[in-house]
Parts: sequence; C-alpha cells; structure tokens
Amino acid sequence: MESRKLNWQEFFIPRLIKASGYSAIIFVALIFFFLLREGIPALGEVKLNVLFSQRWYPIEDYFSILPLVTGSLIVTIGAMLVAIPFGIGMAVFISEIAPRWVREIMKPLVELLGGLPSVVLGFLGILLLSPFLRTFLDLPTGLTALAGALLLGGIAVPTIVSIAEDALDAVPTSYREGAWAIGATRWQTIWRVTLPAAKSGVLTAVMLGIGRTIGETMAVMMVTGNAPVLAVKLNSLFQPARTMTATIAAEMGEVASGSTHYHVLFFIGMVLFLISLAVNIAASSVVFRSKKRAERVLS
Amino acid sequence: MRTVHLALVVLLFLAACSGGGDQAGSLPETTAYIENKGSDTIVNLALAWAERYQELHPDVSISVTGGGSGTGLAALINGTVTIANASRQIKSEEIESAQANGIDPVEFIISRDAIAVIVHPSNPVSELTLQQISDIYSGKINNWTEVGGEDRPIVRLSRETNSGTHVYFLETVLRLGDKENSTLFSMDTLLLPSSEGIINEVRQNPNAIGYDGLGYVPDDLKIIGVAETDSGPYILPMISTVNDKSYPIARDLYMYTAGEPAGAVKEYLDWILSNEAQEIVAELGFVPILLYNP
Repeated sequence: MESRKLNWQEFFIPRLIKASGYSAIIFVALIFFFLLREGIPALGEVKLNVLFSQRWYPIEDYFSILPLVTGSLIVTIGAMLVAIPFGIGMAVFISEIAPRWVREIMKPLVELLGGLPSVVLGFLGILLLSPFLRTFLDLPTGLTALAGALLLGGIAVPTIVSIAEDALDAVPTSYREGAWAIGATRWQTIWRVTLPAAKSGVLTAVMLGIGRTIGETMAVMMVTGNAPVLAVKLNSLFQPARTMTATIAAEMGEVASGSTHYHVLFFIGMVLFLISLAVNIAASSVVFRSKKRAERVLS
Repeated sequence: MRTVHLALVVLLFLAACSGGGDQAGSLPETTAYIENKGSDTIVNLALAWAERYQELHPDVSISVTGGGSGTGLAALINGTVTIANASRQIKSEEIESAQANGIDPVEFIISRDAIAVIVHPSNPVSELTLQQISDIYSGKINNWTEVGGEDRPIVRLSRETNSGTHVYFLETVLRLGDKENSTLFSMDTLLLPSSEGIINEVRQNPNAIGYDGLGYVPDDLKIIGVAETDSGPYILPMISTVNDKSYPIARDLYMYTAGEPAGAVKEYLDWILSNEAQEIVAELGFVPILLYNP
C-alpha cells in the first residue's frame, strides 16, 4: 500500500513540476502569437505614413502610434531617473549602513509600499501631486508626464529596493572584510566591491523596476492627462502625455472586435511586448557578459 | 495504466470545478435578470431606476455598469447585455455589425441631458459663444485674455474618445453641428477617463475649461452661459432652458435593446417612461422626457 502510494507520487509530482516549468514558455508563446494574430492586420489596414504621423484620434481614423510610444518612453525614462538612484541608494542603506533594528523595520515597510494598489497612488497623484506640481512649477496644469514619472518612480522604488537589497545581502561578508583589511573606506567598499559583486542582482532589480513602470496603467492614466502629444522636446516632460498602456486600457472596452481600431490597439500591445523583450534581452546580455569576465578573472 | 490514472485525475478535477459552479449558479431566486450597461453619463440615473424598480418588483434583478456609450453598444452587438445605455445615437456601422450578429437594435429615448461648460469659480469669464468654445477646444484660442479673461493659458479638458459626451461635444460644439466641418480637438486636449477627473481638475485649476453632463456638475464650479451667436442671448443650462430648446448644448439620452423587448424588459422600459421614473430623472439633474414631450 505504502509503496504503491509512493509510486503514484513519483509518477505524478515530477510531471507536475515539469508542466509548470514548460507552461511559462507556452504561455508567453501563446500570448505573443495571439498579439501577432490580432495586431499584424493593423499593418495592412493602416498605411505606414498614418501609423507614424503626428496624431492619435481613433474615432476619426487617425492612428499614429508615435505620440503613444514617445509618451510611454518619456514617462518611463523620467520614472527611472527618479527610481534607480533612489532605489539603489535605499537598498545600499538598508543592507550596508543601517543598524540591524532599522533594517528590520525598513525592509517590511518597503515591501508593504510595494503592495499598495497603484490606483490608490493614482488618487494621491490626482489630489495632491498634480495640484502641487502646478503651483510649484507654475505649469498650466499639473496633469503632466512629470506627475506620471514621479508617481511611477514611487511605484518602482519598492521593487528595486527589495530585489537589490536581497542581492547586496547575498554578497559574502568576506568580500567586505577583505576590502576593509586592505584599507578601503566604507564608501569605497560599497562602490568598488559590494555593488559590483551584486551587479547582476541589482541589474535585475532595475529591469523589473522598468518592467513595472512601462506596464503600469491605472496610476498613469489618472495623472498624465492622456493628451496624445508627440513627446520629443525637452519640455515634453512638463506637458501632458498619453502612454501606450493607458490608451489600451481606455479604449479597449469600446472597440468593436475585428475593427481597424481593435487591430491597432493589439499592434500597440505588440510594440509594448517587444519593448519589454528588448529591455530584458539587453539586461541579460549585460549580466551574462559580466559573468564571463568574472570567470576569466577567476581562472 | 498510467494514462488511465491521468485521465481519472483530470476527470476528478473537472468534476470538482463544475460542482463549484453549480452551487454558485443556484443562488439568485429571481425570475428575470436584466443586464444594463453603457454610458457613464446615464449610469447614476440607471442605478437609481434599477434600485427603485427592484424595490417595486423584487422578482426582477437588474445589474447596472458604466464604461461609456461605445462600450455598452459593443456589448449589445456582442450579445452580452440586455439593455445598452447610450448618450449618443447608435452609429450606422454599429447597426450593421449588430445585424451581422443577428441582432436588431431598438431605440428608446429615456430622458434629456444638457452639457454644461464649466470653469474654475475664480475665472471672470462667464459667457461664451459656441464659436468661441469651438475655437478654444480646437486650439485657435490659447489664452483666457482672448475671450475676456485673465492672462492665463487655457487648459482644455475632455472626456475620453469612447464617451458619448465626447462625440456629442465634437459634433455639436467643435463642428457647430455642421457635418462637413472636420474640426478636431486640439492635440494637447487632456482626455480624462472619468467625469470625476474633469470636475476635480476644474475645481483646483483656474486655467481649466471642461464640459460634463449637467447632472454631474457640483455647485462649487462655475457654469458658463452659452450663446449660439455673438449677439446673444447667453443661456445657462437648466430644465426650463433645455425644454424650450434655448440652451444649445442639449441632447437626448437613449437605451437600446436587442430586438423588440418582451416580458420583464418591456415592463421595465415602460416603467422608465412613466411619470414616477421621470421624477427620478429630475431629482438627478437630468431633464425628464415627459415634460419635454407632453
């Protein structure tokens, strides 16, 4: 009886684990094929010069994706300018500088912050951040790409802190002791030894932060004003912007399935997917290269 | 042997799933279920109607959701709702795609609504012509001084393009009701996803101009008097000016059913057109249909 039960488990559990593993690949492939199937027809239905013109106004057949792509990019880049230094700084503080009791309070707090629904942050953005930005910077309106960038920066910080701190924490104490032994200051140890040793983890943290930012929808839709302006000038950060995600969220419910607008929205989804893919590939290639160099040094 | 085991597990799993489904499905004891979806302009009114009607008829259960006129009509076309709410008339393309799905939309005018043009209470501008509002939203006028206000940039606020109010405002105000006119919203017009977003921004930003259904405008915002020509008269939106058609930005609100309604749906729509239901219309700041059409 006992051995039979064991056999049964032996048979079933490895297969279950295998299936879970493969399912990740299968789901990504299925999603991508679905996006391709629904998005590619857009290229046939909309002329390329319309797709890359100036204006997004789908109810009158203006289908330019440029304002949306540039809108997403400017908000994401702005958010990263806030979140990367702040997030890595906070991770370094928690892992390397803060005394143990501070660290034990801060880490769960940061993770709690990461669990806040973004729509709640969107409320704060609409009620506090955007009026503040308008009066503080004397802008016509506070609903700008900058408001979105600051809010998204705030949303990405917990992700970056949490993962970067784990990576820094995993660096063996002997590395730090070795640095101190040869007379390095605390700052030199952090900057030259601990951070480079944790480089791949920190990069992963940054990439996940970017992923969180570029995919974030609700908060961004509430505070960026959603005006599809081509965001290519320097002061575009202080103007309203419309992101790809907000466009899909705002318009997907309304389109008749199979219409040109529907296909263009899927095409935008495809572009979004490709951007995340590019970010991930860039990240993993950097991590991979640094590993090889480390191996060379070791050999 | 192995495959038999696997099949058994799958079967058990499916049985467990469907068992759970049955239990959830047997909860409501009502005889009729009406799914009502569409225009955000109408959603509060539809909710008030649904609540009152369910009190009167406990055997009918009505679910009301918003999402925009386009969303509701798309759901009607796809056959997922009983009644679609729309703050604009159904488009000919929508009728075609509905008929392609074997659905024949039937229209009911359920009340009237005025679109109020709103600004910050501190804004000295209180009167605009349709042409001026059109020029503001199309980007020809960019500073409040050009319409007699302070030296401030104009921030234009609009609903998203899936809103019936957006389409109505485009056709009636920006294009002045002229079908040949192809004026568009200025590119930097802020497209806000909700009425609340517009109200909120107008409340705190003295540069802003926005528009929204009269029923949604709170007392602390300033409503602009609108004239069709520059010789006036400038008219504020209210029940009397909408009914005598002197206020130019007013429209009918619609419900659509898939085919001629029957049974509980027909009773519900008949009740909506009764005096009792139209009193709720007036309470919510919309314009009742019976007063307008005695």
